[in-house]
Amino acid sequence: MTARALKIAVFLFALAPFGWLVWGLAEGSLGPNPAEASNRFLGDWALRFLLVALAVTPLRTLTGRAEVMRFRRMLGLFAFFYAAMHVTSYVVLDQFLDWAAVWADIVKRNFITVGMLAFLALVPLAVTSTQGMMKRLGGRRWKRLHRLVYPAAVLAVAHYYMMIKAGKAEALVYGAILAVLLAIRLVPARHFARARKALDPRGV
Amino acid sequence: MLIRHARPSDPRPSELTSRALYMDRRRFIAASGASLAAAALPLPASAALDFETTSHGRGLEVSDREDATRYNNFYEFALDKDGPAEKSGDFKPLPWTVRVGGACHKPGVHDYEDLIRTHRLEERIYRFRCVEAWSMVVPWIGVPLADMIARFEPTGAAKYVAFRTLYDPEVMPMQRSGVLDWPYREGLRMDEALHPLTLMVVGMYGEELPNQNGAPLRLIVPWKYGFKSIKSIVSIDFVEDMPQTTWSMSNPREYGFYANVDPEVDHPRWSQARERRLGDGLFTAKRDTLYLNGYADEVAHLYAGMDRMKLF
Repeated sequence: MTARALKIAVFLFALAPFGWLVWGLAEGSLGPNPAEASNRFLGDWALRFLLVALAVTPLRTLTGRAEVMRFRRMLGLFAFFYAAMHVTSYVVLDQFLDWAAVWADIVKRNFITVGMLAFLALVPLAVTSTQGMMKRLGGRRWKRLHRLVYPAAVLAVAHYYMMIKAGKAEALVYGAILAVLLAIRLVPARHFARARKALDPRGV
Repeated sequence: MLIRHARPSDPRPSELTSRALYMDRRRFIAASGASLAAAALPLPASAALDFETTSHGRGLEVSDREDATRYNNFYEFALDKDGPAEKSGDFKPLPWTVRVGGACHKPGVHDYEDLIRTHRLEERIYRFRCVEAWSMVVPWIGVPLADMIARFEPTGAAKYVAFRTLYDPEVMPMQRSGVLDWPYREGLRMDEALHPLTLMVVGMYGEELPNQNGAPLRLIVPWKYGFKSIKSIVSIDFVEDMPQTTWSMSNPREYGFYANVDPEVDHPRWSQARERRLGDGLFTAKRDTLYLNGYADEVAHLYAGMDRMKLF
């Protein structure tokens, strides 16, 4: 499979959950509370794509295969897309564009405050995701700005954890995955390169 | 001349359905039952009940049976909404016994049949409001709790009634986890328990309760959030002190003992000002929540002088 075909395949796979949701909303197959079903579904996928996007760099560090980096921007943008749809679903389907109620929620309900902060942290990353913006900002500044993804991910997991009444196991699994993905980044890459060399049977 | 005095909790015009539709409801129920059967869902067939209809909630637009029996919170079986219907198939509600004890002259262990047989079952249509800001309207079948309590002859020391749900991790899988402090416990103040609106329920939509809705015996307190209406009850105790209740034990800052439906008392997780009526679909806004779920004129006097913000 060519690199381009692979990219298109990943794109379509990433879009599939959204397609499933739109189909369910149109068909009315999401149960008696479709607004809630839509909020939950989009939030789940935003969190999943955020973790998948954050797994790309550690994957390169661990395997030494640089080509995985080609998918990082697309996966990050999908995380933003699902987060944006999650917020849209909440504002439009759930709150029916009642901005006063939305504002009251953001101010009064801690899990919504935290979730909104996570989303706001992702906005500048999506805006500066283009090649042109990367050039305009300069590599160092762009990199520094994009470290915002770490607090955004921590806030996103916290948002999910705080939202649950009881039975927080799933949120803790997301938290554990995020902790591993962040911890790998703290280990200098050369350690992994050395470990790979030692494990390589050809002894290159 | 016939003078009809309106009951204060009678539906508002915005809640009314056409009389023709209402009178035809049994056909709808039958039709939805048929479509359920056609879908070959693994639901055990429920037995029809013999009951009298009443004027409670007459004219309220009743929620679809399928919505009310497929969208449930029953943490003993599952944490998601369709889980209880899917995972409660192994639960056998009958035979069933209820232990009655505490401050009463006639304690004892009673068979389910023995508890119910002496009473006339009646159907009442009540609004049901979950603390998670969704709601439905259900035709429950049961007996006023006060009638049932009378035969146990509670003493003057009985200030509260405490209820417990079955504890059986073999058939209630989530009881093997520490999600909540099992068994599920609930309680009412004696005057709340004896209030004529409080119902001990054995059926809904003309039939025995499905497992996921709390078979064979559950409480319905229509002016309180749904978690007060404890399901699959195995014990009733008359006590002097306010009993511990499960959600309040789990998170006392968010869930109080009273848990009265109140649009002005904010919950940290959900605004209680409005609610999503199940089945309203995507193009209907949430409805305004009514104080005490629309039953204020009947029950507000129970809470006169109480600070709603503190005793929530």
